[in-house]
Amino acid sequence: MTKRLITPLSGRVFFFLNACLLLESSLTHCFTNKSRKKVMAEEETELSDKQKKEIAKWFLLNAPAGEIQYVAKDLKSVLNNDDVYDEAASEAFPVYNKSHMICLEMPGRFGDVLVTSYGELQGNEYLDPKTAQVAIVDHVKQVCTEVRPASDEELPTPYVEEYRCALEAEMLKYVGEAYPKGSCSVYCINGKDVEGPGYDFELVAVISAARLSPQNFCTGSWQSIWKIECKDDIQVLELKGKFQVGAHYFEEGNVQLDAKHECRDSTMFQSPDDSAIAIASLIRHHETEYLASLEASYLNLPDATFKDLRRKLPVTRTLFPWHSTSQFSLTREISKELGIGK
Amino acid sequence: MEAAMGLMRRMPPRHSETALSALLSLLPHNSSDLLSQVDLPLQVLSDDDSGKRFILCEYNRDADSYRSPWSNKYHPRLEDAPYPSSKLRQLEIEANDIFTVYCDQYYEGGISSVYMWEDDNEGFVACFLVKKDGSKTGQGRRGYLEEGTWDAIHVIEVGPEEETTRYCLTSTVMLSLTTDDVSSGTFSLSGSIRRQMNMNLPVADGHLCNMGKMIEEMEGKLRNSLDQVYFGKTREMVCTLRPPSEVLPMRLPDS
Repeated sequence: MTKRLITPLSGRVFFFLNACLLLESSLTHCFTNKSRKKVMAEEETELSDKQKKEIAKWFLLNAPAGEIQYVAKDLKSVLNNDDVYDEAASEAFPVYNKSHMICLEMPGRFGDVLVTSYGELQGNEYLDPKTAQVAIVDHVKQVCTEVRPASDEELPTPYVEEYRCALEAEMLKYVGEAYPKGSCSVYCINGKDVEGPGYDFELVAVISAARLSPQNFCTGSWQSIWKIECKDDIQVLELKGKFQVGAHYFEEGNVQLDAKHECRDSTMFQSPDDSAIAIASLIRHHETEYLASLEASYLNLPDATFKDLRRKLPVTRTLFPWHSTSQFSLTREISKELGIGK
Repeated sequence: MEAAMGLMRRMPPRHSETALSALLSLLPHNSSDLLSQVDLPLQVLSDDDSGKRFILCEYNRDADSYRSPWSNKYHPRLEDAPYPSSKLRQLEIEANDIFTVYCDQYYEGGISSVYMWEDDNEGFVACFLVKKDGSKTGQGRRGYLEEGTWDAIHVIEVGPEEETTRYCLTSTVMLSLTTDDVSSGTFSLSGSIRRQMNMNLPVADGHLCNMGKMIEEMEGKLRNSLDQVYFGKTREMVCTLRPPSEVLPMRLPDS
């Protein structure tokens, strides 16, 4: 008999076999009457290539930040089918790279480019607004293979560019100070053809930082996405920030942190330089506040939150009284000791 | 198989059920190894006779039925199923009663179950399980947790009874907690760790006493480990990514 398990993600049905229990593993050799354990009919569940590909994609997409190459290696081994793997990889890697906003080095001393959906021009071309270059990227290998200058159509107008550039300069200053190894870019995501005052446009500032320490079994990532709507009519800049922080520690276990937060703010629409300074300082303020609340969550953990799962010691503040005169009166003795009415 | 376990160590712990079923469908011939080596959050069933709940695991399962430690019956009913001997069943009953009290003390609620069976070496194996739902809609008394579960599985192999008997404990704790509030957003920590402990203890003290003490010690250690090492490490990582502002003025500019 098979039990079907519907996965929330893909809606596909994975067959979960209730397998035969004649097992060789260390613990279950202890089963007596091994032969009496019912043998489940092992149905022929040869998955189609398409199903295997979907499963492979799921594993790749759920890899923690910076670990996709390790997951890829293990996955290839488990799949044992290079064609299916290659197809899954070609579909999964671009999505992963964009959602993690990976940072790649551009050849030719142009610095780094961030791979994000905001800077995506087509397929594997990503704009680096800082240098006005377009990077051509190999997603599966996670490298930038070549660079070309951006065309005028791909860049914003000089009017928008003034704001974008000023903000980017302020952001670079901030990120340089606050993040030991962070990268940031500012893109125009709406209204890049706006010629002058009188129309709205929208910028987005993204910050991406990642720390990989596989030899210490620890990895982490931080992403901030700040959308800035420049509302010309009411002369206001509306900010919407989204944070995503992740960490993974996997020595003798697997523990992961996943934290998210959103916030909003607004400020006056001023000259490019003044707006940039105002925006950057708001961003700095909110990010610092968020970090402080993460710290508070961690400090609160041992006392309040963890206690709801398991106390460090019982209310009596002593270890549990296991001692007893005889095994069969253990319960009575213990209840008496703890003063529990029975 | 090693690659499969490698994948399990990297997938988000809250998706371990999905990851396991994916691996089972990719590697049907390794299903027995996978099922025994990968721990999933514990499931619970209600005993028809007493209305009490009991925990489901490989150790009280036969085919698709599970044996309740309260009534000693399989749910759903099963013919020709294995049961512990009457002597062992007595011990099992006592163990369940005591363990319930222990859980109440440490977990302030929660569900517990103990299963025992004879092994081939004239000893026996006991499996102690705990499941606690600490969320504010569950049994979380302080109401901090949006979602929180602690699942513990302790399997003890007890050697043949001599003056000093050997006890081998393998413990796994699976933990998941989420807090959610307006000012700090969603904060979610989840994970699992597994440890082993072997001891030689005088049988005169009683099996339950010996096993109980080992479990208590192990749970304490795992709880501390999770708290200090694991959560501590992830916190350290966050501070490395973006150090708190007090640290900043002292930093020299990066070249």
